[in-house]
Amino acid sequence: MLLISCPWCGPREEIEFRNGGEAGVAAPEPDAEPTTDEISGFLFFRSNPKGSFHERWNHSHGCRRWVSLTRSTITHEIESESQPTGRFRP
Amino acid sequence: MSGRRQPLDPHLVERLWRTPAPKPAYDVVVVGAGGHGLSTAYYLAKNHGITNVAVLERGWLGGGNMGRNTTVVRSNYLWDQSAAIYEFSLKLWESLEDELDFDVLLSQRGVVALAHSTHDVREIKRRVSANHANGIDAEWLEPAELKRFVPIINISPEVRYPVLGGSLQRRGGIARHDHVAWGYAHAADRMGVDIIQNCEVTDFLRDGDRITGVQTTRGPIAAGNVALAAAGHTSTLADRLGIRLPIQSHPLQALVSELIEPFLDTVIMSNTVHVYVSQADKGELVMGAGIDAFNSYAQRGSFLIIERMLAAAIELFPIFSQVRVLRTWAGIVDVCPDASPIIGPLPLGNLYVNTGWGTGGFKATPASGWVYAHTIATGQPHELNAPFQLDRFRSGALVDEHGAAGVAH
Ligand SMILES: Cc1cc2nc3c(=O)[nH]c(=O)nc-3n(C[C@H](O)[C@H](O)[C@H](O)COP(=O)(O)OP(=O)(O)OC[C@H]3O[C@@H](n4cnc5c(N)ncnc54)[C@H](O)[C@@H]3O)c2cc1C
Ligand SMILES: [Zn+2]
Repeated sequence: MLLISCPWCGPREEIEFRNGGEAGVAAPEPDAEPTTDEISGFLFFRSNPKGSFHERWNHSHGCRRWVSLTRSTITHEIESESQPTGRFRP
Repeated sequence: MSGRRQPLDPHLVERLWRTPAPKPAYDVVVVGAGGHGLSTAYYLAKNHGITNVAVLERGWLGGGNMGRNTTVVRSNYLWDQSAAIYEFSLKLWESLEDELDFDVLLSQRGVVALAHSTHDVREIKRRVSANHANGIDAEWLEPAELKRFVPIINISPEVRYPVLGGSLQRRGGIARHDHVAWGYAHAADRMGVDIIQNCEVTDFLRDGDRITGVQTTRGPIAAGNVALAAAGHTSTLADRLGIRLPIQSHPLQALVSELIEPFLDTVIMSNTVHVYVSQADKGELVMGAGIDAFNSYAQRGSFLIIERMLAAAIELFPIFSQVRVLRTWAGIVDVCPDASPIIGPLPLGNLYVNTGWGTGGFKATPASGWVYAHTIATGQPHELNAPFQLDRFRSGALVDEHGAAGVAH
């Protein structure tokens, strides 16, 4: 089980969190009239690296806020501090 | 085999296929000697007369998901497209021993899918009637009927997720995964296919927008066509070419118990409480659950998944509580957003992909190889894999099988 640091609650066990997949994937701005490729990319396509992966977790059984961190998909080691995520840094 | 890692009886394996050195060029290079890569090579030779084929494998043949899965075979998927390909596969299974002249130990002992909520009941009954419409055998069983079919099941209403009924596909069952891999390998080898183990594909040879071969740990190999069959590692290969795939790699775990007397003669799965179980002919209980939520290539999952799966199993089958776990393991599965595969050309010439089978591709081993071989040999998808193209993630024509394939395998 991973030990994930929440910026608000401190280190907590993985079972308190829900995995949110790749971090940093912003929804296309509605006003920008996104192309089909942009919409399809946002909906379905995510990086899948063997190595460092920047991902999101929701502290669903805690403060319910989103955090992002970098974790190795080879060793599972968490390689970065957790960061709060937000609309402009998804 | 000349490998460092040799889990199989080397004498037996030596006789089943040759250990050729890679030739400088092949008509088709298949990447990955799992079930799908091997069946593809077999049907390229058998159905299309293409025998100048190599199957390149970074580890040992059948050492990926093919040797790690829980061997459930069935065809009771929801949508017409899936029903067609999985039912075609089940028909191929039913004659596979004769086809390969090799014992694959298919045991059609039935596969039960349990319902634990009103939603489950509706979803599973809907699937049963969709199966009927597609000519696939399916039955709905009320709790009392289930109890007659599987006497050890707990149908008490007093548990957290009571059993409200379930579906049964009697033609479903299990097979012996190693034998399936060896059978295809042996038959393909006899027709001239080179199976080359300990040979990792590290990059591609290209000429403009065409692929002309692969770079491997045993040198460059030219190829008329390159066919990826690398399951959970497909993205690492596509990344070399800058091709994005809608695939995420996750650990999927399973376990076996110590050997016990035979007492369970069917396969039972529950999506809601996340467990499924069968008893192998040697006597061990074979159990599996869902994937770890996070991405991983580690071939090891979290203990919490095992803990939850065992809690669910003991509630459904209180008799299991005295049984000890012998061994747990994981494979890396290639999960697609709609829980359906992608089988077809990629946007570079002479390059094909077969991926996205996720938690449920063992049962598709025969059909997957059949349609993939057709696609590679003719340059056009077979009618059975035409709906399973990469382009569906642009067009929106998804084949959502989360109900039939989300946890169930
Ligand atoms: C625990 C578990 C339980 C499962 N249970 C079931 C089940 O009950 N029923 C069912 O239908 N399905 C099940 N599955 C899914 C099924 O096992 C897979 O969908 C299927 O095996 C995938 O196809 P494959 O056999 O070709 O994959 P694999 O056997 O994984 O083959 C891919 C091969 O490619 C090789 N490879 C990767 N990268 C490279 C490279 N760069 N160069 C050379 N070779 C490479 C790998 O080493 C591997 O041998 C389960 C999977 C797991 C992990
Ligand atoms: Zn928190």
